[in-house]
Amino acid sequence: MLGEGILRGLAETARNFAGSYFSKERLTTVEYPEERIPTIEAARVFPFLVYDGPDWEAGMRCVACQICEKECPPKCIYIEKSKDKKPDYTGKPQIYPARFDIDVSVCMSCQICVEVCPFEAIKMDTVFELSTDDRFGGLLQDRKELAKSNEYYHKIHPTEAAEVDARLAEEKAKSEAKAKAAAEAAAAKAAAAAASPAPAATEVKPTQPVIPPKPAGGGE
Amino acid sequence: MSGSATDIGFSLARQEGWNRPPVIEPEGEGELLEVAMGPHHPSTHGVFRMDVALDGERVVKLKPVFGYLHRNHEKIAEKTTYLASMPYTDRLDYFCSMTNNWAYALAVEKLSGQEVPERAEYLRVILAELTRIQNHASSIGFLLQEMGASGTPLMYAFREREKILDLFEGLSGSRMMCNYMRFGGCRVDPSAAWLDQTRKVVAGIPEFVDEFEAFLRSSEIVMARAQGMGILPGELAVNAGVTGPMLRASGVNYDIRKVDHYGIYDRFKFRVPLGDHGDIYDRYMIRMLEMRESIGILEQALKEVPGGPVMDPKAKIRNFRPKAGEAYGRIEAPKGELGFYLISDGGPNPYRYRVRPPSLINLTILEDMCLGHNVADVVLIFGSVDIVLGEVDR
Repeated sequence: MLGEGILRGLAETARNFAGSYFSKERLTTVEYPEERIPTIEAARVFPFLVYDGPDWEAGMRCVACQICEKECPPKCIYIEKSKDKKPDYTGKPQIYPARFDIDVSVCMSCQICVEVCPFEAIKMDTVFELSTDDRFGGLLQDRKELAKSNEYYHKIHPTEAAEVDARLAEEKAKSEAKAKAAAEAAAAKAAAAAASPAPAATEVKPTQPVIPPKPAGGGE
Repeated sequence: MSGSATDIGFSLARQEGWNRPPVIEPEGEGELLEVAMGPHHPSTHGVFRMDVALDGERVVKLKPVFGYLHRNHEKIAEKTTYLASMPYTDRLDYFCSMTNNWAYALAVEKLSGQEVPERAEYLRVILAELTRIQNHASSIGFLLQEMGASGTPLMYAFREREKILDLFEGLSGSRMMCNYMRFGGCRVDPSAAWLDQTRKVVAGIPEFVDEFEAFLRSSEIVMARAQGMGILPGELAVNAGVTGPMLRASGVNYDIRKVDHYGIYDRFKFRVPLGDHGDIYDRYMIRMLEMRESIGILEQALKEVPGGPVMDPKAKIRNFRPKAGEAYGRIEAPKGELGFYLISDGGPNPYRYRVRPPSLINLTILEDMCLGHNVADVVLIFGSVDIVLGEVDR
């Protein structure tokens, strides 16, 4: 019969229409601003800079190595290195970013900066309501706006943040052990040098550049 | 070349009696009317123009005009590192970012000689087949939208697609711009919960496909408008370099999953559906059947997915420099053969980067399919090609 197929199709539509009142499977939309689907843990929207401790400027993990700036596909990151150094989380003096800007309108949320960062300093935020009426200043976020605490990072990506913290703690322990061993070696050497000052004066000279642990030990 | 059943292909039955062949007549007395038509809004297929010459309602000439969405993809990729062009490949065919990622990763892996761990290979197959299902579902939805079914089938397709996109989001962090695959594996190791959720979604897909098919297969409107329309003979399809469901609808048994054995596709049992007539209806049905075959592959892959790492431990994220040489990686993307051709001079960025997009090459024979049909059917024939302008213009 002509029209049978159409009627069969309409029956399917009716089933879906009626079903949308009862089944969540058939009605997946929500009324957005009032009702919200919780953001999932893996979500990535826009990068932020992680800092440890209470002060964002002192605790910033970023050391302005500029790898993310180079690797960023749309080149939305702008970094200026600082002239001076300040101690990082291991206590080693490091350069920090004097300027760190990310352009919201250029960023394409690809997460490449997070992957290439060797210092776990840049991570992805899950906040997606980034629209603003200020087209110039509002869309260019500087390092103060980008800085978010490690606690915040734990809140939005708990599993990933725990892994990162474990990795950082391991690294810190390793570098501390290394610094300690180096300091002990330096102390032992100094003691040896003090014990026999006369012949060491000529022989120690070429080995002198190989004592960088000394400033590290002093910084502790 | 014919659509007979072979060991890897099978042909499909259809209800006859709805054919409306094109009318090719010598030009009449009247003047031709030139119309610039095409989807102009990004929410449709993209921005595209067809310069159509009409004799009354009949198309006598058609010239596709590309380039409105040109974004300089290839040149950008030549100026940036290998890794940094991975997120750009998402934006080629924005319906199938997972398969785009895979094709690019495959080309770079060929170039650098990297091995992919077992688990990552399985994940790639799972994600590619999920991509195929959601792409075919929405392309059929769009086709029916162009037939005049204003939104309803498309929304059913999108509802199902949303479940698959949720899986992608749970794994990669983004619904459409997944940026998930890496040279030598995948970026994130999925949790057991994710795999369970995938199994659940895959178990629900056959019901959707049945429903979707019952909804439309016997519809007289679909048959009247799709059968005998936009016929593409197999020989012309081969000569024009058409690939994917378009080619198989014309009865040519050519599926890169079977021909090239890339990834681990030779471990799975699946058939390649083939059409007989090469018209819109066959293309529509081929996509329907491919969805069913994809479900079969997914079930096998999800059963066997092994443990282990998802990344080659020797893979480098920073300072990645493959040795000098050239490579062509191609996969069976949902729309056809997607290939990436790379030449490396040993530097951090490719010397030459070329995409072989299925959408563009499938679109080049649009005129041959449209001649002699009415203007209203041109829209439908265009829709049956299944293109995304992001990939056509790059």
